[in-house]
Amino acid sequence: MKFQVDENGYYGQFGGAYIPEMLYPNVEELKNAYVGVIESEAFQKEFMHLLKDYAGRPSPLFHAQRLSEKYGAKIYLKREDLNHTGAHKINNTIGQILMAEHLGKKRIIAETGAGQHGVATATVCALKGLECIVYMGEIDIERQAPNVERMRLLGAEVRPAKSGSRTLKDATNEAIRDWISNPTDTFYIIGSVVGPHPYPDMVARFQSVISKEIKSQMLEKEGTENPSMLIACVGGGSNAAGTFYHYLDDESVKLIAVEAAGLGIDSGESAATSVLGRPGIIHGSKTLLMQTEDGQIVEPYSISAGLDYPGVGPLHAHLAETGRAEFASVTDQEALDAVYELCKLEGIIPALESAHALAQLKKMTFKGDEVVVVCLSGRGDKDLATYIKHKK
Amino acid sequence: MENRITSLFQETEDKVMSVYFTAGFPELNDTMEILTNLQDQGVGLVEIGIPFSDPLADGETIQQSSEVALSNGMTLKFLFKQLKDVRSTIKIPLILMGYLNPIMQYGVEQFCKDCKEVGIDGVILPDLPLAEYVADYKALFDSYGICNVCLITPQTSEERIRLIDEHSSGFIYVVSSASTTGSKLDTSGQEGYFKRIEAMNLKNPLMIGFGILDHETFTNATKHANGAIIGSEFIRVVKEEGSSLAEKIERFANKIKVTI
Repeated sequence: MKFQVDENGYYGQFGGAYIPEMLYPNVEELKNAYVGVIESEAFQKEFMHLLKDYAGRPSPLFHAQRLSEKYGAKIYLKREDLNHTGAHKINNTIGQILMAEHLGKKRIIAETGAGQHGVATATVCALKGLECIVYMGEIDIERQAPNVERMRLLGAEVRPAKSGSRTLKDATNEAIRDWISNPTDTFYIIGSVVGPHPYPDMVARFQSVISKEIKSQMLEKEGTENPSMLIACVGGGSNAAGTFYHYLDDESVKLIAVEAAGLGIDSGESAATSVLGRPGIIHGSKTLLMQTEDGQIVEPYSISAGLDYPGVGPLHAHLAETGRAEFASVTDQEALDAVYELCKLEGIIPALESAHALAQLKKMTFKGDEVVVVCLSGRGDKDLATYIKHKK
Repeated sequence: MENRITSLFQETEDKVMSVYFTAGFPELNDTMEILTNLQDQGVGLVEIGIPFSDPLADGETIQQSSEVALSNGMTLKFLFKQLKDVRSTIKIPLILMGYLNPIMQYGVEQFCKDCKEVGIDGVILPDLPLAEYVADYKALFDSYGICNVCLITPQTSEERIRLIDEHSSGFIYVVSSASTTGSKLDTSGQEGYFKRIEAMNLKNPLMIGFGILDHETFTNATKHANGAIIGSEFIRVVKEEGSSLAEKIERFANKIKVTI
């Protein structure tokens, strides 16, 4: 189990809980409770019930025939885009809202970049009748107006993060500051496998339903649980963590994590953390981090707001360092090309984030007998304006 | 080894006024002038803030000062250069306060060496957790004679306060209430907490911080502590337009102090 978190919250040298003392009691409470709660029968029953009847799981594993023909491998798409709210994010927010309920918390806070995690959080708060405050960078509020309205319709308060670069990392800072100021009644629903221990492990466990389903669906369709490889995009890395989770220890399955290269890795406008980052501390976790020589966190760039994060979850930093996963990167243009291709070949409009995973197919050479599972983490409705704008 | 922080609390009966400022703010090269004026005004202890792009525990005022300082070009390397001869004029204890990442990138051992060389007496690193400090940093800090000041809050359990006291040196930073820096302290609401900590008879002196901004909050907070720390309010004052740093710092000190 060398890819599981250790008792101190580390994956190899990465992870930990680098938090100010103000957050210690909250994080400690969660750390001591989370495994027991998740493994309890009552929690599992409610979690599985909501995943099935509310989120619409299991999500299909779809054999994409025309895509397969084009690339010369048997390609399956794990259809997280068909979940309620349109992405894998709901798996995690259902898990965390049940955790919050269990700990008796009355007030929920979250950060969001493009708004997908904010919508998924607002959704479960409405479901449970809990107060919901979502922090979102001022710039993201402007460029993701439909998701802001969705969150408001669902009863959430959207608070602008006005500090720093006014995007995802600053929204996360604001959420953490709110948490510091409300240390007893508030639960922070983090949207990815980032943040202080136990968040990366807790979120990975909630998202691990993806690989659990892939295993049984593979067995049914291919007579074996194992594909040749799994491909997923990585920003913070929650859909990739979920897709890889049950395969981490079986090295016969190749894992490919695709980061956003933005305008190109060496362009200065990129979010490829595994290439451009060095070990550092962001949002309470030691991980690979894009930073200046002086240790200031830099603002990354990607056309995809969901991949636009200067760090990466500590599990992924460990997978990159040990070589267990292969890290690749895809530019804005390559991702857009993959969007238009999937629309035409399979009748599916993918999210920009997921398109980064799809675009990796074009860069690979297949022998013909490989079985490839690509995590289609979200649907493209939210990106329609971008797709129309860039259409040739 | 003699440490100026330890000596200060051994020698003084008065309440200690401590001031925080962000290095490189309002102008890149204000560091020495601010230190000189603070010393002249009878400030007992100074915390020099190392600006960071993502200061999680800070409110708006210190966030903005950090942003300005960084855009002025402040770095940890440059700060040590500015402080090279600080001990020829500044005799009061000096602490560097900042977040862990810039120090990690600088190299922790190099940081300790440079602290010792220029005459820094202690550090406050809010996002360095106690367990990591004890496991990976304490021996190094001790070998260079650098005090590590830890924080406690109203939510910190008694057991953990004892543990923090055991591993801290210099003083304990008593965070006044559950908030980031810069919001005004409700002293009457927090008196029970201050009394509770005072009654624990910890080995380290107590300095109360967060929300201290005038004579009233300073006096009330220091009833149950050795002193108090003022940060955001000082930043607000030095930011004001129209007078020299010396005038602003004098006005600030008069507003806070009575019989320091």
